[in-house]
Amino acid sequence: MTTAARLPHEPARGIREVESGYDVEEIRADFPILNQQVHGHKLVYLDNAATSQKPRAVTDAIVRYYERDNANVHRGVHYLSERATEEYEAGRTAAQKFIHAADRHEIIFVRSATEGINLVAQTYGRKHVGAGDEVLISAMEHHSNIVPWQMLCEEKGAKLQVAPINDRGELILEKFEQLLGPRTKIAAVGHVSNALGTINPVEQIVKLAHARNIPVLVDGAQAVPRIPVDVQALGCDFYVFSGHKTYGPTGIGVLYGKFALLDAMPPYQGGGEMISSVSFEKTVYNKVPHKFEAGTPDMSGAVGMRAALEYLNHLGMENIAQYEHQLLEYATGKVSAIPGVRIIGTAKEKAGVLSFVIEGVHPHDVGTILDQEGIAIRTGHHCAQPVMERFKVDATARASFGLYNTKEEIDALVRGIQKVREVFA
Amino acid sequence: MADLRDLYQEVILEHSKAPRNYREVKGADKKAEGFNPLCGDRFTVYLQMNGDSIQDVGFQGSGCAISKASASMMTQSIKGKTSEDESQLGKLTVFAGVSEFPMRVKCATLAWHTLQAALEGKQEAVSTE
Repeated sequence: MTTAARLPHEPARGIREVESGYDVEEIRADFPILNQQVHGHKLVYLDNAATSQKPRAVTDAIVRYYERDNANVHRGVHYLSERATEEYEAGRTAAQKFIHAADRHEIIFVRSATEGINLVAQTYGRKHVGAGDEVLISAMEHHSNIVPWQMLCEEKGAKLQVAPINDRGELILEKFEQLLGPRTKIAAVGHVSNALGTINPVEQIVKLAHARNIPVLVDGAQAVPRIPVDVQALGCDFYVFSGHKTYGPTGIGVLYGKFALLDAMPPYQGGGEMISSVSFEKTVYNKVPHKFEAGTPDMSGAVGMRAALEYLNHLGMENIAQYEHQLLEYATGKVSAIPGVRIIGTAKEKAGVLSFVIEGVHPHDVGTILDQEGIAIRTGHHCAQPVMERFKVDATARASFGLYNTKEEIDALVRGIQKVREVFA
Repeated sequence: MADLRDLYQEVILEHSKAPRNYREVKGADKKAEGFNPLCGDRFTVYLQMNGDSIQDVGFQGSGCAISKASASMMTQSIKGKTSEDESQLGKLTVFAGVSEFPMRVKCATLAWHTLQAALEGKQEAVSTE
């Protein structure tokens, strides 16, 4: 790839351009959806924390799978079944390598990051959490890392503890540590907050919890597409992420778990695939990971996700993280300089999520006006209502960046926000 | 193409900035809460009835310009009306532009659903979904 010299715009003053090898215009050409007009303007897609767009490599891989390899996996002795199984299992290996898991059997395919958390709550959780026990989460969690634990606690008569965050939107580690008590059976925290962008110090969190023999689940839905993730370095016991936020297809996600934990856990759903033998008297469950993959899995999803992870590897997660960090810094400077705009979430360690409110204008009106300029952002509570409550706002507008966004697009966002202020002046 | 000014007409912007009857009605004999679970907009509508007729009305809560202006203008238009009349009032022409923005139609109708619930004496909060 060529260097950033091909960028059509001069970099803004004071912002260092990406080192060689990251050509955003070349990258954008891999994403056909970006090349379109919305309401008469060039599409500016800044809703990547909701879902990311897919490079052609991903959609091509899915089409190729259906046109060439499709059959049910792990069943048939015929040629196509063997090929489909190979493709599906190659997806597992790709996910294992991508998050640096020790063993490919530690990767369980699920429907979404949400389903991964539910799986752990309903299997590990139901087995180990009893009346009077506690589950510890943080105050910045997405609803998907709150509600499954709430359901578990309700069922078992256990208590959901919530570690607070400070005004910058950072976890208060001392409080988190204090809440790790003798009854705490599991802790669950987000790696990167979808509403605030905060990157949590997962390594430290895990150390604090492990010092008390408490396992940790990490919700990595926003982290895996943004920063390099090494589950062994983090030391966490469970880690979940989704395909569709990681430039892959919808309908597939990954649950990573340490093998010994997975092996000792009861199964999640019953059905085909998850058994090794069935009679009306007794069923013997299959081995990990198949024990947790009842029914025909999302084979094309695994193929698409592998293509996405290979695409990300090709660009390099370090490069992506660095590039998005520059976009975030640039956007933070520009947006916070607009009068009447307040940024929600100002953690020192932050990934490419910019939540903001404009004085006197409801975020939904911001979203509609920006949409008329072709700019897609998310507005609302971002499935994190407790975070909104913490910052005393009903909702925020959220621009979230992806590996294909540009500084020109951030300039368009800034012009859009100025237009909002004009309409509501 | 829909124009922003069709949606954000001056009168809507004005009502959203200075909503009328934005208060709790003391001694209200009917009230209801309505919310839009997708976006979190939430209003309470208070009614003081005189027989069948709406003697006083107020609302409180939070929401976008469209939902707030709609609630504000609704309170103006239903005062003194009977609950029979109310069903005819849902078509304030100033909100015609909203129909060009399908994602925002529920913002305009939230207060009206809430009013309906108050008149029917519903105890549970009503939802746009």
